[in-house]
Amino acid sequence: MNKTSLENLTRGIIKENPTFVMLLGMCPTLGVTTSALNGLGMGLATLFVLILSNIAISTVKNIIPEKVRIPSYIVIIASFVTVVDLLMAAYLPILHSALGIFIPLIVVNCIILGRAEAFASKNNVWQSILDAVGMGLGFTIGLTSLGIVREILGNGSIFNYSFISEDANPILLFIMPPGAFLALAGLIVLFNKLRKAQ
Amino acid sequence: MARNKSSFLKMVSVLTIIAVISAFVLAFVENITKEPIQKAKNQKELDAIAEVVGEFDNDPFAEQMTITTPDKKHKLKLYPARKNGVVSGFAVKTYSNSGYGGRIELIVGFYIDGSIRTFKITKHNETPGLGSKADEPKFKKQFDGFNPNKHKFRVRQDGGEIDGITAATITSRAVIKAIKQAVKAYNNFNKGNSHE
Repeated sequence: MNKTSLENLTRGIIKENPTFVMLLGMCPTLGVTTSALNGLGMGLATLFVLILSNIAISTVKNIIPEKVRIPSYIVIIASFVTVVDLLMAAYLPILHSALGIFIPLIVVNCIILGRAEAFASKNNVWQSILDAVGMGLGFTIGLTSLGIVREILGNGSIFNYSFISEDANPILLFIMPPGAFLALAGLIVLFNKLRKAQ
Repeated sequence: MARNKSSFLKMVSVLTIIAVISAFVLAFVENITKEPIQKAKNQKELDAIAEVVGEFDNDPFAEQMTITTPDKKHKLKLYPARKNGVVSGFAVKTYSNSGYGGRIELIVGFYIDGSIRTFKITKHNETPGLGSKADEPKFKKQFDGFNPNKHKFRVRQDGGEIDGITAATITSRAVIKAIKQAVKAYNNFNKGNSHE
């Protein structure tokens, strides 16, 4: 793998991490990360759609007129999300019942459209796949770590394994919406501190 | 990289082509997934019914009936469970729109005398760790054998006999409201059909 490819792959994970650096897709980030598993699920579903949409858009980029590119991208992305939603409901009903409410949200996740516009529409298919994998992983890492922090503080468990007694009172605030902002702010500080220290 | 020039005709045709292609793709996928989705849905409901009514050897799905509350506002589904042909209990699918996160859907299992066996929440939007505890045994076990026609079926704060979930009274109330609705509909149904 040459230098550009490697850079395209790792960009989304650290340097331009969508959650901690670019602050993209804040709606799902704050909304669904009430547990580590939810965060991981949403991250992986987004990763999957991102790869598909980057492939499709980098393939058709030359035939789409500039002025209608955004509506075209949205139609393509929404179609993929619906296909994923339907296939999941049909063949992976258990996973779908856990993630069902998040899947349609992917359409409006600005990371997908953002990568389509900023990367896939200007690069070839292979590089677009690398970019999608990097960005998707970065998003997954962001959501999972936020979910882990919120679940530990707010529910006294991690990936549904409880480590406190049933009568103990964890800091419920962290499961509630305000806790999402507090936990995210803390993680952003930590992430950027580590990133700059490098 | 040079972008494509946009002429009116080209814009319209490209956008139309994309829309038509995705319409075909979606129609195709919808078509092949329709049956498995319905199957998975039915299976999920059947599992929930099995969980709340205990053993049965009939197909409650095939024997489902629609029952209505006395004010005719709410239509609910009733699934009779039979063992060796005799009705051993029944499940009612009910809901309430007054949960903390909106609509809560549940399936309630009843013994044949009309007392509650247990229930299962099939759809909810409650706060994880608070309202979501309504589907946990600690809250649920209070309902086993509870006869809503004989006892005060309210949370303790409202003068009833059910301990609400700590910090999730709204959810507890909504669950009780939904079950009450099922009881009312069943009693109404029984009035009309006194054979059981």
